[in-house]
Amino acid sequence: MTKLIVDGAEVDVPAEYTILQACEAAGAEIPRFCYHERLSIAGNCRMCLVEVKGGPPKPVASCAMGVRDLRPGPNGEPPVVSTRSPMVKKAREGVMEFLLINHPLDCPICDQGGECDLQDQAMAYGVSGSRFHENKRAVEDKYIGPLVKTTMTRCIHCTRCVRFVAEVAGVAEMGAIGRGEDMEITTYLEHAMSSELQGNVIDLCPVGALTSKPYAFQARPWELSKTESIDVMDALGSAIRVDARGREVMRILPRVNEDVNEEWISDKTRFIWDGLRTQRLDRPYVRENGRLRPASWPEALAKVAEKIKGADTSRVGAIVGDLAAVEEIFALKDLFGRLGVTNLDCRQDGSALDPALGRASYLFNATVSGIDRADAILMIGTNPRLEAPVLNARIRKRWRQGALRVGLVGERADLTYGVEHLGAGTASLTELVEGKSGFADILAKAARPLVIVGAGALAREDGLAVLAAAAKLASGASVEAGWNGLSVLHVAASRVGALDLGFVPGEGAKTAAEMAAPGALDVAFLLGADEIEVAPGAFVVYLGTHGDRGAHRADVILPGAAYVEKSGTYVNTEGRVQVANRATFPPGEGREDWAILRALSDALGARLPYDSLQQLRAALYAAHPHFAAVDEIAAAEPADLSGYAVGSLSGEAFVNAVPDFHLTNPIARASAIMAEMSALKRGSLAQAAE
Amino acid sequence: MLTDRDRIFTNLNGRRGADLQSALKRGAWDETKFLLEKGRDWIVAEMKASGLRGRGGAGFPTGLKWSFMPKPQEGRPHYLVVNADESEPGTCKDREIMRNDPHLLIEGCLIASFAMHAHACYIYIRGEYVREKEALQRAVDEAYAANLVGKNNVHGWPFDIYVHHGAGAYICGEETALLESLEGKKGMPRLKPPFPANVGLYGCPTTVNNVESIAVAGTILRRGGAWFAGLGKPNNTGTKLFSISGHVERPCNVEEEMGISLRELVEKHCGGIRGGWDNLYAIIPGGSSVPVLPEHQCQDLSMDFDTLRNLKSGLGTAAVIVMDKSTDIVRAIARISHFYKHESCGQCTPCREGTGWMWRVLERMAVGRAEKREIDMLLEVSTQVEGHTICALGDAAAWPVQGLIRHYRHEIEKRIDDYAANPAPRDFAVAAE
Repeated sequence: MTKLIVDGAEVDVPAEYTILQACEAAGAEIPRFCYHERLSIAGNCRMCLVEVKGGPPKPVASCAMGVRDLRPGPNGEPPVVSTRSPMVKKAREGVMEFLLINHPLDCPICDQGGECDLQDQAMAYGVSGSRFHENKRAVEDKYIGPLVKTTMTRCIHCTRCVRFVAEVAGVAEMGAIGRGEDMEITTYLEHAMSSELQGNVIDLCPVGALTSKPYAFQARPWELSKTESIDVMDALGSAIRVDARGREVMRILPRVNEDVNEEWISDKTRFIWDGLRTQRLDRPYVRENGRLRPASWPEALAKVAEKIKGADTSRVGAIVGDLAAVEEIFALKDLFGRLGVTNLDCRQDGSALDPALGRASYLFNATVSGIDRADAILMIGTNPRLEAPVLNARIRKRWRQGALRVGLVGERADLTYGVEHLGAGTASLTELVEGKSGFADILAKAARPLVIVGAGALAREDGLAVLAAAAKLASGASVEAGWNGLSVLHVAASRVGALDLGFVPGEGAKTAAEMAAPGALDVAFLLGADEIEVAPGAFVVYLGTHGDRGAHRADVILPGAAYVEKSGTYVNTEGRVQVANRATFPPGEGREDWAILRALSDALGARLPYDSLQQLRAALYAAHPHFAAVDEIAAAEPADLSGYAVGSLSGEAFVNAVPDFHLTNPIARASAIMAEMSALKRGSLAQAAE
Repeated sequence: MLTDRDRIFTNLNGRRGADLQSALKRGAWDETKFLLEKGRDWIVAEMKASGLRGRGGAGFPTGLKWSFMPKPQEGRPHYLVVNADESEPGTCKDREIMRNDPHLLIEGCLIASFAMHAHACYIYIRGEYVREKEALQRAVDEAYAANLVGKNNVHGWPFDIYVHHGAGAYICGEETALLESLEGKKGMPRLKPPFPANVGLYGCPTTVNNVESIAVAGTILRRGGAWFAGLGKPNNTGTKLFSISGHVERPCNVEEEMGISLRELVEKHCGGIRGGWDNLYAIIPGGSSVPVLPEHQCQDLSMDFDTLRNLKSGLGTAAVIVMDKSTDIVRAIARISHFYKHESCGQCTPCREGTGWMWRVLERMAVGRAEKREIDMLLEVSTQVEGHTICALGDAAAWPVQGLIRHYRHEIEKRIDDYAANPAPRDFAVAAE
C-alpha cells in the first residue's frame, strides 16, 4: 500500500494504482476521454492532468503515472497530488479548448447529445467562449460496417475504439492513418468490421464520432425509459439495459456485471431490437382449411383444449424453445403434469444432457469469471466466438495475460487468440483421454483446467460419451480442490432453467426428436420452439412471439410475450439465476406466456393454482428453492458419470451448434439488421474462399 | 579556438578517406581492447569525469545515463540504440560523422555496449540519409570483415551492430518513438515512466544515445576524461560539432570548443555574416526548436548550454541558424511552425490541435491579417501546448513562437498596423495567384 495526499486528504492505495485511481479513491473526480478501465492506457487525451508537488513544474497525466513512481517528500512525507489547483484548472481548460477547436459543435444534430462525455466535461471543465478563428477541420466519414455510423469530424482521437478492437475484440481492423492533425481513425480500406463485439465501440466513443447506425436519429436519451434486464440471445445472460419509448424498444445497451459480461455485449444482443417489431404475432390464429385465420382468445383456447382432451396422453407432447423463461416452463410442466402428459422435452436440438446426471453435468461449472483463473483450456465441438462472443472475449483476456495454452477439438475457426487445433472428431478426443496427445500432458498438469463442451458436441448420438470424456479430461490428477473445469457452453437461454426444472421426458416417454417424428403425436405443444420441424400429422399448438418456423407449422397460434415484454427468470450457462424485467408490453392481444397457460388450464379443467406472477413464483420457489437466489449460482456437486451407460464415441467429426451467428432465434430472423449482417458475413466468407 | 591536436573528428570535412585503413591511421580502433579491459566501472567513471553532456539536444550527462542501466538479468538482454535520426532543421552534424568518420561511431558503439552489458546495438538512421546509410553500412561491413565487431571479435565482447533505416519522420528522433519505430510500429512516443533504461526496446533495458555522444567516447577514453573536461567551460566541457547555416558566407560544420563566442565561430569558420557583422539580425542557436535570439544578445554570446539557457534559449544540437537583416522573422517562424504542425504525430491533444492553430495564426500575422490581442492569445496557446504533451515535440513547437513574441512583438504589431492601414493590395495579390 502507498500513502499519498490528494487535495489535502490522505489516502492509502495499493502500490499498483495509477494517480487517477488514487484520486478516485480519495473522492476526487478526474475528467478523462482516452482512459478506460478495461483498455490499455494511452495517455493521449491529456484531460486527466493533475499537479504533483515536488515533481517537474508541469502537470502530469494521472491515468498514466503510477503512484509508485511518485517521489516522497524530503523527509519521507507522502507525495502530494492536487486536482483543484489553479495549474490543473488551467491545464484542463487548455486541453478542453484544443479538443473543441476542431470539433464541429453540432450537438443539436448529434445522436450522442445528452450522453456525451465531451459535452458534459466541456460544461464542467471548459470555458464558455472560443478564441479559435481559423477554419475548422473537416474529416470524411468512413464506412466501417452496417452497425456503426461514423461522423469522423467529431472524433477527438482518443483511440478507445482502436484499442478495444485490437485488445478485446481481437481483430486488428481499426487504426489511425495520417499523423498530426491529419490523423484519421478508420478500418483498413474502409472494410466493414468483422467482430461480433463491434457495437461496443459505440458505447466506448466519448463523443458522437461512432454512433449506432440503426438507431440514428430515432430518439434522444432523455425521452427513453430505461429498464435493467437480462439478454437471451445466447446462454451467457449478459446484463443489459432496455431503452424504450412508449411501446417500442429503441435500443439495448450493456450494464456492468463483472461476473458475466463485464461491460460488453454482442452485436446480436445490441441490435436485435428491430426484430422485436417485425413478424410479430399480435393475435391468436386458428388454421382452417389449411389457412390460418385470426381468432379470438376463447375460440383459440377452446380449440386447443378440445384437441388435448380428445387425445390420449401418451400421444400429447410439449417442446420448450430457446427463449422461454423459467416461469412459463414451470407452468407448462405443472399443467401437463396435471394432465398426466410425460412427453416433455426442452432439448429441441437433441442434446444428450440429462438432469438425472446431476446439475453439474450441464453447467459451465468453472463459471465465467473462473475463466480468468484457468491455466489450460480445451474446447470440444464449440466456437465460442459465435456461440457466446462475450465469453470468447473473456477467454481472449485470459489468453493475453500469457501462460495459457488453448486446444480445440472440432471445426477450425479464428477465435481471436492462439488455438492449437487437435483434430476434428472423436478420434482426437480419445487420444486425449488416453494421454496419447501432447496436449493431454498440459491438461493433466493443469491445476485449473477448463474443458468447454459445446452444445454441438452434445447434440449427437454419442453426446453422453463426449460428456464423459470431457469430464475425465477435466479431472486430471493435479486439479486444485474446489475447481470443477467441466463446462458446458449452452447456446439456448432457456436450457439450463428448463433442465433445472426437469423438463425432460418421463419414464419411457418420447424425446423432442421422437415427438417430431411422423405419427408420434396427436397434439404437439410448442412453447416458442422454432428450431424443430414437427412432422405432418400432429395438431401443433404454437405459443410464441414471431411468425417463424413454429408458427408456420402451427394449427393454433397463441401470441406470447418476448423477453423484453415480460418479467422472467433465466438461468445462464453457468447456472446463475437472473431475472429479466419488463420494458414494454406485448403487441396487440399478446399476453405473458404464463398467463396464457393459466387461461388454457381453465379451458382444460385443470386450473393452475396461481393467479399472479407472484403466486406463480411462490409455487416455483417452493418446488425449486434455488430459483429464489437471484444473481447467485447454486452449488452443484461434480458430475459423476461413471455409473451411467454413456455408450461409445461414434468417430464422427464435431459440428458446431451455431453456423450463423446472426440468425439463431426467431427474433434474430425477424431482424433486418441481423439479416444484413448475416449476408455481409456470408459474402465475406465467399470472398475469402476465392 | 580549438587546436588541431584536440580535435576528435579529424575527417569531418571528408578530405581523407572514410574507410577502415584511413580511420586506423587517424587513430580509430586504437587500443580498444585495452580500454575494454579496464572494465565497465572505469569506463563509466571516465565518461562521468569528462563531463560529456548528451549531444542530441537535451544535454543530459552521458556518463550518468550509462550508469542508469540496471544489472543484467537472465532473459532480458540490454540494448544500445544510437539515434541517427537527425531531423531537426539546421542540424547536420551527425551526417558528417556517418559519412566521413563512421569508424569512430562504430568503435563508440562497441565501448558503450560493453559498458552497458549490451551485445547488440541498433543505429536508427534517418530515412532521408540514403548515402549516409550506405557509408555507415560500408563501415560496419569493414568492421565485421576485420573482426573488430561480431560474435567472436578481437575485443572479446560478443557484439552485433545493425543499421536500421527509418522512413523519414521527425518524431522518430524522439527516443521512445524511435524505439516504437524500430519495433516495427507506428512512430509514436511512449508514456514515461517507465523509462527506456528499464523498459526499452522489446521491453528490455535500453539506452538511446545521439551519434555524436557515442562517437566521441573512444577518443575521450583514450585521452582521459580529464583531457575532455579541460576543454570548454565548467559544466559545459569538451568539444562540440557546430552546424552553422543561414546568412553566412560559407555555411559549415565545424568542431569547436564549447563556450566559443558566436562571433568567433561565425567569422573564423564561416567567413562572417553576409554584409558584415553589423548586418546580423537574429540567430537560432540550437536547431529550429529553440527560441530565437535577437542581435543585441548575440554580441558576446558564449555558445554553451548554460549561457543559452539563461537567455531562455538553448544550445540544443548546436545548429546555429544565422539570419541577417533581410530576414522576414515572422515568416521564418511561421515556416518553422508549419514544420512542427506537419511532424506532430497526432497522438496527444495539445500538440495535435495546438501546432496547427499556432501555425495558422502565424501565417496570418506574417501578412498582418490579425489583431494585436491575438499576440497574447498566441503566447497563451503556446504555453498550453508546452509541458502538456507526452513527448517534447509540443515544447519544440511552442518555443520558437514564444521566442518570436518575446523579442519581436514590435515587428508583429507593425505588420498588423501596416495591414490595417492598407489591407486590400495583398489580399488581391493572393487571390490573383
